[in-house]
Amino acid sequence: MELLTNQILAGIATGSIYACMALSVVMIYQAIDHLNFAQGEMATFSAFVAWQLMRWGIPYWPAFILTVTISFAAGVAIERGLFRPLANASILTNVAGFIALFAIVNSVTGMTWDFTIKEFPSPFGSSQFLGSELINSHQAGMIGVTGLLLAFLYCFLGFTKVGLAMRAAVSTPESARLIGINVGWMVALGWGLASSIGAVAGMLIAPVVFLEPNMMGGILVYGFAGAVLGGLSSPAGAVLGGLLVGVFENLIGTYVPGAGNELKLPIALALIILVLRFRPDGLFGRNVVERV
Amino acid sequence: MSDILEVRELRAYYGQVQALHGIDLSLREGSVTTLLGANGAGKTTTLRSICNMIRFTGAIRFDGIELSTRSTEKLVRLGIAHVPQGRGTFTRMTVEENLRLGAISRNDERAVTGDIDRMYAHFPKLKERRSQQAGTLSGGEQQMLAVARALMLRPRLMLLDEPSFGLAPLIVRDLFGILAKINREDKVTIMVVEQNAELALELASDAYVIETGRIVMSGPAAEISNNEDIRKSYLGY
Amino acid sequence: MTAIPQTTLTSAKTGKRSGIVRQTSSVLFLLILVLVPLAATNFVTFQITMLLVYATAILALNILTGGSGQFSLGQSAFFAIGAYTCAVLVEHGGVNYLLTLPIAAAVCFVTGFLFGLPALRLSGVYLALATFALATAMPQLLKLGYFERWTGGVQGLVTSKPDAPLGLPISPDTWLYYLTLAFSLAIYAAATNLLSSRTGRAMMAIRDNEIAASAMGIDVALYKTLAFGISAAITGVAGALGAIAVQFVAPDGYTFQLSIALFLGMVVGGVGWLPGSIAGSAFIVFVPNVAESISKGLSGAVFGVLILLVIFVIPRGARQIAEYLQATIEGKRGSA
Repeated sequence: MELLTNQILAGIATGSIYACMALSVVMIYQAIDHLNFAQGEMATFSAFVAWQLMRWGIPYWPAFILTVTISFAAGVAIERGLFRPLANASILTNVAGFIALFAIVNSVTGMTWDFTIKEFPSPFGSSQFLGSELINSHQAGMIGVTGLLLAFLYCFLGFTKVGLAMRAAVSTPESARLIGINVGWMVALGWGLASSIGAVAGMLIAPVVFLEPNMMGGILVYGFAGAVLGGLSSPAGAVLGGLLVGVFENLIGTYVPGAGNELKLPIALALIILVLRFRPDGLFGRNVVERV
Repeated sequence: MSDILEVRELRAYYGQVQALHGIDLSLREGSVTTLLGANGAGKTTTLRSICNMIRFTGAIRFDGIELSTRSTEKLVRLGIAHVPQGRGTFTRMTVEENLRLGAISRNDERAVTGDIDRMYAHFPKLKERRSQQAGTLSGGEQQMLAVARALMLRPRLMLLDEPSFGLAPLIVRDLFGILAKINREDKVTIMVVEQNAELALELASDAYVIETGRIVMSGPAAEISNNEDIRKSYLGY
Repeated sequence: MTAIPQTTLTSAKTGKRSGIVRQTSSVLFLLILVLVPLAATNFVTFQITMLLVYATAILALNILTGGSGQFSLGQSAFFAIGAYTCAVLVEHGGVNYLLTLPIAAAVCFVTGFLFGLPALRLSGVYLALATFALATAMPQLLKLGYFERWTGGVQGLVTSKPDAPLGLPISPDTWLYYLTLAFSLAIYAAATNLLSSRTGRAMMAIRDNEIAASAMGIDVALYKTLAFGISAAITGVAGALGAIAVQFVAPDGYTFQLSIALFLGMVVGGVGWLPGSIAGSAFIVFVPNVAESISKGLSGAVFGVLILLVIFVIPRGARQIAEYLQATIEGKRGSA
């Protein structure tokens, strides 16, 4: 029993990483109806920006805020420059665009900061959290920050005019224009927000996995998985989904004989396909009812 | 009464195909004008041109302001509410959110809440379903919601594209009653595009008949509906 | 996204002439393909063999996406299954390598069909994710301890290079080249026939409008799954041919990157245009090298920029160039 509790706790600790990433995946999906394959690379780039700022002597929190701001601007710029012209192109063209972005960001990051592993500080330290060996204060802080982000998104999308306008622009662009919403800027805003949330994710993940240009490769897969599991339409679902993926991963590693590290990923992914088969909107996603 | 909307020499194109061949229209302030015609005559195209949603040439002036240089989302802010064909419901959002969206370009938050209550008074059904996903509403309820959403703009001009489409006759009658009331009480100028000519002519004070992209007839609604020749040849009843 | 495997520029009047242009260029191209090994070194021959292998795999994706409107990021998994089927049978079963090709096709068809059954209820982004999951999981599965006796685990398997049969006086590389060429051409011809057959038309009807297709009595689920199976089978043959040519299979040769490359190849070649597969293949085989020669450190960025150039300048890929060339040639001859 204690083993189980411990494994769940450890799962939540890793899951917090995925949850963070899943949140930014959902954000971009809400804004553009696509999954951005370059999301992880963009987050890594942001983490490097923060690292660079701190090297120049800027303290953690100012660097954090500056990075989030820069990432927001970069997200908006990428939308304006690259994906706006592709708005009417097919989904395949857009996916090719994401792949190109992935290659470019990854390569530029590697060129600028090279591929050696770097340490990234944590504002929460790495002491034991509440006396448990399985979860440290950074991981607890990460869950806390993810929760804060979630609360922010919930309030923003649910209760502010801009949030409302953004959701309207995504769901029915033409109607949105007819009530005076500038749809183009809403999409750009979505990119900016997703990129900012990705930056936070990157800065929180970097202390755990160490900073290097490819640090997000595997994590993005789990982030996607968490987002799909929870439902791409639900930010809260994505966070829960991310945590669940972390827990599954740990439990499979512990209890399925012979699974070890190699099978964790395939089993987790198979599980997701199963979920999709029976609940296509994810565990917590809202079923869209439409009547003509 | 002065004209609130003036359309001159409107020509519109879908790719290479010309859909409108020089339309002239005037809407008197405070009137209800109907634009009648068969499927594909150019009714929707005319409405879409007014809101700058397709490519066109010609002049469209609202209250003396040229509209063709303004983007759709900007000209809406002048007080032009457009209820599109198919209602344009934000299906994934609640009824109340849909109403709040109608007022999204306004800056008087407090008055908005009051207006939502007014809409619930107009359309009691919507109040019952205020926190329901709009997509779950029936066709008639969605059309009510679309009209209510448009009114949330506090428009001076409301454009309605086939509001009766797909609705049961009783519901249509209800809806048109409400439109008449809105026109009377809130002084909203209304332009309604319809295939259901009989009903539209009852509601309207002025009427235009459009055929293959040209206005073939215009005048007071009563005159048009009394003229049997026109009724038979263009309106089909 | 139009994807009728015939040029759309052909009007009734110029039909005959453009047919000539198309046929002449096809024959010329074929001739080049047949003569290449006579002039090329063994290494170049090997490279072109791989070019054909990837072209076949891209063709398989084109059948799936262009033919039935589905979208897969999991092609590397089927490529891997084909490659491993071949390598394991040759090394452990002593099966003749030629026999392993149809076996690989069958194994992949079944796998693709079975994977398709649950996955095809998913649409768009979810199907992309499910196939993405498959691609990511495959290398892990190949590394599994259970199968290590057969698969060689992380190390993979080395196979021997087959000699030319019947004592033909050509080098093994040249033999493999012709073998691959023969299979590629056969698959290409079969694919063209498939798409213009009843089955192909049913698939394309689904691509264009799923609801309308099902109203016409087309069994949508069956045809979608079938398209998945066929695409997987062809990819499997490509994988097997690749394994024979490289004489080596290992899990890390078949990662998600391969799926991405095949996907890009399809986009660059022109979605749904079968002849474009070879152009797309050339892009993914040679462009990374070109990118590297432009800037070693930034090769990824150069590659990315080139992709962007393609989608911005020629969004319909090689097909657009081909149509442009055809129109120009006909224009000149028409005025002369």
